[in-house]
Amino acid sequence: MARTRIGEKLIEGFIYLSGTTTTIVVLLIVLFLFKEGLGLFASTPLEEGYVLAIHPQNPLKTLDEASIKKIFNKEISEWAALGWKDGGKIKPFLPSNIEKTFEAKTLGQDFENLKPMMTAYFEANPALLVAMPGRYVDDKFPKLKLSNISLGDFLGGKDWFPTSQPIHSFGILSIILGTIWISVGALLLAIPMGVIAAIYLAEIARPTLRALVMPFIELLAGIPSVIYGFFGLVVIVPIIQQTFNLAVGETALAGSILLGIIALPTIITIGIDAIQSVPRELKEASLALGANHWQTIYKVVLPYAISGIVSAAILGVGRTVGETMAVLMVTGNAAQIPNSFLMPVRAITATVAAELGEAPQGGIHYKALFMLACILFVFTFFMNLLAEWVVSKRERK
Amino acid sequence: MLKILTRDLNFYYGQFKALQNINLEIQANTVTALIGPSGCGKSTYLRTLNRMNDLIEGARVEGEILIENRNIYDKTWDVNDLRKKVGMVFQKPTPFPKSIFENVAYGLRVNGEHNKKKIHETVERSLQQAALWDEVKDNLKKNALGLSGGQQQRLCIARTIAVEPDVILMDEPTSALDPISSAQIEDLVLALKENFTIVIVTHNMQQARRVSDKTAFFFLGQIEEFANTQTLFENPVSERTTNYIRGKFG
Repeated sequence: MARTRIGEKLIEGFIYLSGTTTTIVVLLIVLFLFKEGLGLFASTPLEEGYVLAIHPQNPLKTLDEASIKKIFNKEISEWAALGWKDGGKIKPFLPSNIEKTFEAKTLGQDFENLKPMMTAYFEANPALLVAMPGRYVDDKFPKLKLSNISLGDFLGGKDWFPTSQPIHSFGILSIILGTIWISVGALLLAIPMGVIAAIYLAEIARPTLRALVMPFIELLAGIPSVIYGFFGLVVIVPIIQQTFNLAVGETALAGSILLGIIALPTIITIGIDAIQSVPRELKEASLALGANHWQTIYKVVLPYAISGIVSAAILGVGRTVGETMAVLMVTGNAAQIPNSFLMPVRAITATVAAELGEAPQGGIHYKALFMLACILFVFTFFMNLLAEWVVSKRERK
Repeated sequence: MLKILTRDLNFYYGQFKALQNINLEIQANTVTALIGPSGCGKSTYLRTLNRMNDLIEGARVEGEILIENRNIYDKTWDVNDLRKKVGMVFQKPTPFPKSIFENVAYGLRVNGEHNKKKIHETVERSLQQAALWDEVKDNLKKNALGLSGGQQQRLCIARTIAVEPDVILMDEPTSALDPISSAQIEDLVLALKENFTIVIVTHNMQQARRVSDKTAFFFLGQIEEFANTQTLFENPVSERTTNYIRGKFG
C-alpha cells in the first residue's frame, strides 16, 4: 500500500518535472528565435565594422540609403545629382580599390601603413565616398549615418542580396511570395486529392482494400523529404522542363507538385480518421430515412467530419510551409518575385537552410535569417490559430 | 390486417447463424415487442426488416419477409424506398448535427422534396405527432444537439414520421433515457400505433407489457414464444419464457 503510494508520487513528480521542462524549453526556443531575429532591426544594412565617410568639404551631411545603394550600383555617378554642384564625379572607394590605388608593397605586412596612406589619398580627393572598415578611416572625415533596417524594408523589400558590398539588401518579399506560391499550389493539388482519397478509403473501398492500401500511405508519410526531393529532381523537374519547354525545370510548379505529394499522406490519414469518427448510428440513421450512400456521405458524414478535415488540411499546410529539403532541391531558389508557376522561386525554409551555414554567427545576415525563421513561425502560428478558430466556430454552430 | 409476414427466415453473420427459422406475423396498427436476453437475435431480426443488415460485410439472409405481400429481399425493391416505408429509431438518440428543422426535413430533402411549403407543413405535423412541437416551435433553427436526450429521441421519431413510413422499427429507444423521458416515449408509441405499425425491441419487460399488443420472446436466434402480450406475461407456455420474464436470467 505504502509502496504503491510512493511509486505514484514518483511518477507524479516525474510527469510534473518533464512536463514543465518541455514547456519551458519550447517557450525558450521561441524566445531565442525572436531575440536573435529582432537584432536585425537594431543594425544598419552596412557591412559590419564598416564606416561610410566623406570629405570634410563635401556639403552633404546625410545621404539616404537608397542614394547610397545607387552610388555603389553605379546608378548615380555625379555628386551634382545629390545636390553638390561642384563635386564632380563620385568616386566610391571600397576595400577592393586598395590594390588598384596603392602599391601592395608599401602597405606593410599587416596593412599598418594603410590608414595614413588612406588619409592622405582621401584629403587629396574630395569626391571620394569611402566605405571601409572603421579602423582604416581617420576620425577627421565625417561619417554618414545610415538608418536601421526597418520591418517595412524587410517585409516589403524586393531585393535579397544578403552579402552584397558594402550595403546589404534584406528584402524578403520575393521569398515570402515564393513560399506562398509553392504552398498554395501544393494545397490546390493536395486538398482535393487527399479529401477524395480519404472519402474513398473510409467510406467506399472494401475493408480488404483499405487494409492493403493504408500501410503504404502511412509509409509515405515517413519517407525522408530528401528522398522526395531526389525523386522530384530526377522525375518531376525534367518532365516539367520538357512539357513546358523551359530552360530550367526547377520551378514553383515542381515544388508545388512535390509538396502536394508530401502533404497527401497527412491529409489522407487524418481525413480518414475524421470520417471514421462519424458515429455509425448517424450514418445508419441517414440510411434508415431512405437516403442513399452518396447523400449520406455528403449530407451527414462530411458535415460531421468537416472540422477534422479542416485540421487535416491545416496540418497539410503546416507540412508544406515548413518543408525544407524537397523545396530546396526542386524549386531553383531564385529570389525573384514570381508571376507564374513556371518560374524558379525561393522559399523561406530553403533560404534559411542554404544560407545559415555561410552566415557568420551574430552578423547581420545571420540575424536576417533568424528573422526570416521568425516570419515562418508567425506564419504557421497564425495558420494554426485560424484552424482553431474555424473548428471552434463550426462546433458552436 | 397482416402487415409483415416473416417466413422461414435464417440469417447469417459469415458462418454464424444468428437467426434460425423465424416465422412471425405482425398485424397493421399494432405494437409488437421483441424481448429476450442479449445476443438472442431480436435486434438482428429488427434490422432485417429494413435491410439495415445489408451494410454488414458477410451478412446473408435466407427465407422471406413480406411487407404487404411483397418480399423485401426481392430484387425489384430499391432498398432506399424500402427504408422510407420502414422507418427506424435507434437505441441512442442520433440527431444530425444540424438544426431541429433540418433534422426533420432531412428525410424529405434526400427523397427529393423541394417544395418549401410542403416541407414546412410536414416538419410541423411530424413534430406535433412526436409531441415535441410545443417544446421546440420557437427554436427550430437551433442545433438539435442542444436538446435533452428525451427531446432528441422524440426528434428522431419526428424525423422518422416525416417521411411517412408504414412501419416504425424501434431498437431499444428508451434504454439511454431517464424514466420521465422514457414514459413520454412510451405514451408516444401508444399514440403512434393509430397510424403506424410498430415493432419495438426492449430489454425492459414492464415497458413491453405497457406498450405492446403482442410480444415475441427470442432465445438463441429463435422465437421461443409469440403471443398476445398479456397471455405471454401471465400464462407463458415455455419454461424459458417463464424464467426470463421472472428475471431468472437475462
